[in-house]
Amino acid sequence: MATWVIAALTWRELVRRKLVLALLALSAIVIGVTGWGFSRVPNLHLNGHLLTQGEIHSAAAQLLLLVMFMFSFVLALTSAFLAAPAIAGELESGVAQGLLARPLRRRELVLGRWLGLSLTIAVYTLVSTTLEFILVNWTTGYLPPQPVAAEAALLVEGLILLTFTLALSTRISAITAGVIAVIAFGTMWLGGVAGAFGQVFHNAAISNVGVVTHFLLPTDGLWHAAVYAMEPPAFAAAAIHGLNSSFDSASGPSAWYLVWVAVWLVAALGLGLVSFESREA
Amino acid sequence: MSLPSDPSPAIYVSHLSKRYGHTVALADVNMSVPRGAVFGFLGPNGAGKTTLVKLLLGLALPTSGEAMVLGSPIGSLDSRRQVGYLPELFRYQSWLTAREVLALHCRLAQLKRSSWPAEIKAALETVGLADRADDRVANYSKGMQQRLGLGVALLGSPQLVLLDEPTSALDPVGRHDVREIVRALREKGQAVFLNSHLLSEVEQVCDQVAVVDNGRVVAAGRLDELLARPQVRVRCTGLGTGVHHELSPFGVITEEEGWLTVSGIDPSRVPDLVAAIVAAGGHIYAVDPGQQTLEERFLQLIQAA
Repeated sequence: MATWVIAALTWRELVRRKLVLALLALSAIVIGVTGWGFSRVPNLHLNGHLLTQGEIHSAAAQLLLLVMFMFSFVLALTSAFLAAPAIAGELESGVAQGLLARPLRRRELVLGRWLGLSLTIAVYTLVSTTLEFILVNWTTGYLPPQPVAAEAALLVEGLILLTFTLALSTRISAITAGVIAVIAFGTMWLGGVAGAFGQVFHNAAISNVGVVTHFLLPTDGLWHAAVYAMEPPAFAAAAIHGLNSSFDSASGPSAWYLVWVAVWLVAALGLGLVSFESREA
Repeated sequence: MSLPSDPSPAIYVSHLSKRYGHTVALADVNMSVPRGAVFGFLGPNGAGKTTLVKLLLGLALPTSGEAMVLGSPIGSLDSRRQVGYLPELFRYQSWLTAREVLALHCRLAQLKRSSWPAEIKAALETVGLADRADDRVANYSKGMQQRLGLGVALLGSPQLVLLDEPTSALDPVGRHDVREIVRALREKGQAVFLNSHLLSEVEQVCDQVAVVDNGRVVAAGRLDELLARPQVRVRCTGLGTGVHHELSPFGVITEEEGWLTVSGIDPSRVPDLVAAIVAAGGHIYAVDPGQQTLEERFLQLIQAA
């Protein structure tokens, strides 16, 4: 029960501090601006004639991937910024001491914070992406082949970084946890890009960098899962022969990879819980 | 460890030690605080007072030794069910109102929901925040936040209230209020563990004290026993440098601003002391027999340690 008290307290904090409002307002602005951009696509000319429906879909799909790439970057930063002070900041300020002096298990505090933050990330991700997909469909007629899978992949990507940062926050200072998480996220993305180059040039060593980073911290792997769910089948077919970059994906995630992501998420959360058990407050 | 007989004391500490790396924060501390007592834990800054409170609440983990709070091992949920705590670093959710902070702690303390309104009202009135109950904590002064922390510690009439430097941010009126609150707790049979380096407040409200320095308890006992050592102060001039050694059989000799203080002297030997000073060539202007203040005793203990 105490876990839910802390989760509700966390959600209340983010609402009171107007973070939820800020996220939704900024999302509305971004969706409005990108919606205007998508609405211009059917009016574009190519070689003197209006785009065909197929060309409109292709352009919309590429633009959508670009927009969602930016969204995934913002989502990752938001997750890291939310989770970094969630435990460490409370300890540094002294707020946690008052809570932990109550008959509250330490794992209940960590789990409650995780639930409250995860709820925020989930609302942000699902509301933003759903509205974006609806708008793209309304303005261009294009709908990603697997919108629900894309949303799920993006959400889990956010949760992975949130959980990773929260686990760090149980042991190290808020600022250090945040910096490590952001650098790790960027490094994994670079690893993914390197892996794509390795595939193009048939260099197994460089190619393996991408594979390893996808397992080490599965944010880039999940981004590619989201890409696969959002891109038209023709993009995936082309990616098999070309550069499997950040904006296209030759194949969806394997079942084993999804299992690994689930194990990773549970293990990171478990590590955070265990780590905080022995932390001096 | 021999467990205390039932009813278990509010606090029972046996050979408790805490080290941070090579730094000894607490060394082999033993003490017992009876239920219903007001216990003062005195010491200079950095002596280990807050460390002990954190150990008692399970916020920090002991390096060795054992302790019980209200009959339950420290760190256990049971040991925290009947404890109120005002931290030295009192910080509460700045985005909540005082009433909401108190409601949160009512919930975490697992008080019956039906009792919350009365508990919150009583706490707010006791600490003088009833008029500002619906203001956000962010708008509170430091003193008001400490009052709120005190209110939080009083929720649910806990059997033990741990107050860590409870008057550090308070004005004289606030300090007086805290003393009254502590006395009221004693009347209701609630034990109070008062961590402080402010000797006057400890002297005014505590039944028992322990003095800690560099992590070690250098004296402990009832306050009246600790201060029972008689002393005499003699204002005199003309004494040579070696006279302290000559007078040492009478008690512990200290000299400050023309006053020679002899602590622990047998009152019947005061005339002999006066005669000895005169024999040593001293000129006596005043003789002032009396008891030590807590401050004098505290300084003596810390210097000896």
